[in-house]
Amino acid sequence: MLIELKNVCYTYGTGTVYEVSALNNINMEIGEGEFIGVIGHTGSGKSTLIQHLNGLMRPTSGQILCNGKDIWEAGFDLRSLRTHVGLVFQYPENQLFETDVLKDVMFGPKNQGLSPDECEMRARDALKQSGIPEELYTSSPFELSGGQKRRVAIAGVLAMDPEVLILDEPTAGLDPGGRDELLAQIKHLRDKRGITVILVSHSMEDVAQYATRLIVVHEGRIAYDAPPKKVFSHYLELEKMGLAAPQITYVMHALKEKGLKVDVTAMTVDEAKRSILMSLSMRASGAEA
Amino acid sequence: MASIIRASKMGYDYVRYTDESETPERINAIRSLDLSVEKGEFIAVLGHNGSGKSTLAKHINALLVPTSGTMWVDGVDTGQEEDLWKVRQKAGMVFQNPDNQIIGSIVDEDVGFGPENLGIPTKDIWERVDSALKKVGMLGFRDRSPNRLSGGQKQRVAIAGVVAMHPECIVLDEPTAMLDPNGRKEVLEVVRELNKTEGVTVILITHYMEEVVFADHIYVMDKGEIVMEGTPREVFSKVDELKSYRLTVPQVTELAHELKRSGVKIPEGILTAEELVQALCPS
Repeated sequence: MLIELKNVCYTYGTGTVYEVSALNNINMEIGEGEFIGVIGHTGSGKSTLIQHLNGLMRPTSGQILCNGKDIWEAGFDLRSLRTHVGLVFQYPENQLFETDVLKDVMFGPKNQGLSPDECEMRARDALKQSGIPEELYTSSPFELSGGQKRRVAIAGVLAMDPEVLILDEPTAGLDPGGRDELLAQIKHLRDKRGITVILVSHSMEDVAQYATRLIVVHEGRIAYDAPPKKVFSHYLELEKMGLAAPQITYVMHALKEKGLKVDVTAMTVDEAKRSILMSLSMRASGAEA
Repeated sequence: MASIIRASKMGYDYVRYTDESETPERINAIRSLDLSVEKGEFIAVLGHNGSGKSTLAKHINALLVPTSGTMWVDGVDTGQEEDLWKVRQKAGMVFQNPDNQIIGSIVDEDVGFGPENLGIPTKDIWERVDSALKKVGMLGFRDRSPNRLSGGQKQRVAIAGVVAMHPECIVLDEPTAMLDPNGRKEVLEVVRELNKTEGVTVILITHYMEEVVFADHIYVMDKGEIVMEGTPREVFSKVDELKSYRLTVPQVTELAHELKRSGVKIPEGILTAEELVQALCPS
């Protein structure tokens, strides 16, 4: 599914004294199978932006096209759009409500009008892909740990078989183990099912590791839209926007300043390790010669 | 030095009633925990979801009282109901979601709510509010509406609300989990400043390993018990043990650990970018 935004603007409280422009002339294209990270400080407009993608919010002006069709044109099936573009809100575990895990996950497909058998099949499949062990299917969702609840909530969206999965800060409040598992699971889903993933995050380290494209939202505009390496090379500008670069980026820049010939675009521990080892051996052989 | 928080063989069971059985099920959240925190220390508590960190935190200001053993805050046994308010005044708490703990319609009213409940004379309340807002760097926002502030600013207002009660210690339960990088930095700076200049004892619970490299002492919890403790350098040099508790180390520490494993001669337990740069390029 191809989503396009054309000159999208959104203003809160139009015509009142509280009028605030939240999105300002946004243009972008979201292609199939992309893994997009969205970063921006609190109030930058990220959440407003993602709620436009499945038609929860209607732009004040501009167009949102889905496979070339304007989603706000009369006759467009918004309901079906919302099942194809799954949105996982912040703290999705607050939306769990059923008596057991399996029923909770079946709620989405049930609303799509599928038969009970098919709902159950979808739910079981989604739970399996989210890494929930079968013995928990009959537990109350409220008895699970924080990380498990979060994954059940995500399974609830996956069971609708979306083509695009949008997650708003899915790892906030999870322990490091839970965070790594969840992100690995999401990456696996994207690799296996070919779905498009849009990850909104405050963790620069997470988007650096997983996203192939990074969109920086600042004051309702898109400040950068490029591969993470390229975006993080503007780390001083990012800091001015209330953001930062991954810790590793700072280490690499500091090392380079000290004369070690390292790759300053390294963002992950692995990349940094390789680059540092290489430049250290170069320094050693240089010293011998 | 006197300990401000002390626990001896403290345990806590959550009780759950089910339809099937007459006798309630007991879930052991904390088991036989011993703890001693000195006045003015900066303590960090790490642990995976469900390890018992928040249950422990709630014992420090008597939101929960031990089902076995004892917890003392500044010498007061938290299990004594008549001393409840004494305990709550000594230990203030800041939670994860700033929107759940701000009640005033204007910043300074929100900060004044705590001291007002303590029955402080009005004139003194305003003095406390002024000084608390100044300490968290939010004096300029005193007549604003809290819901127009950023996450970091809201969290600083919540901290000011606790500071205005003149507590001996502040317990922060994942105060930065919902904040952007700048908000996180703001909150940590304020907390460190309160600890350094005011001597307030700080107990910080967090999942961000980089936030605790400045702590005096770290406790790691698992299954309701303290399984590791020490200075950040001591705790973070045990990378593999931490990972077995579903935790990790700051990225810089991990990078240093990996480099060392590949044969680079650098010390164990490097905590900051500066230390790593110094170790690799000694000047």
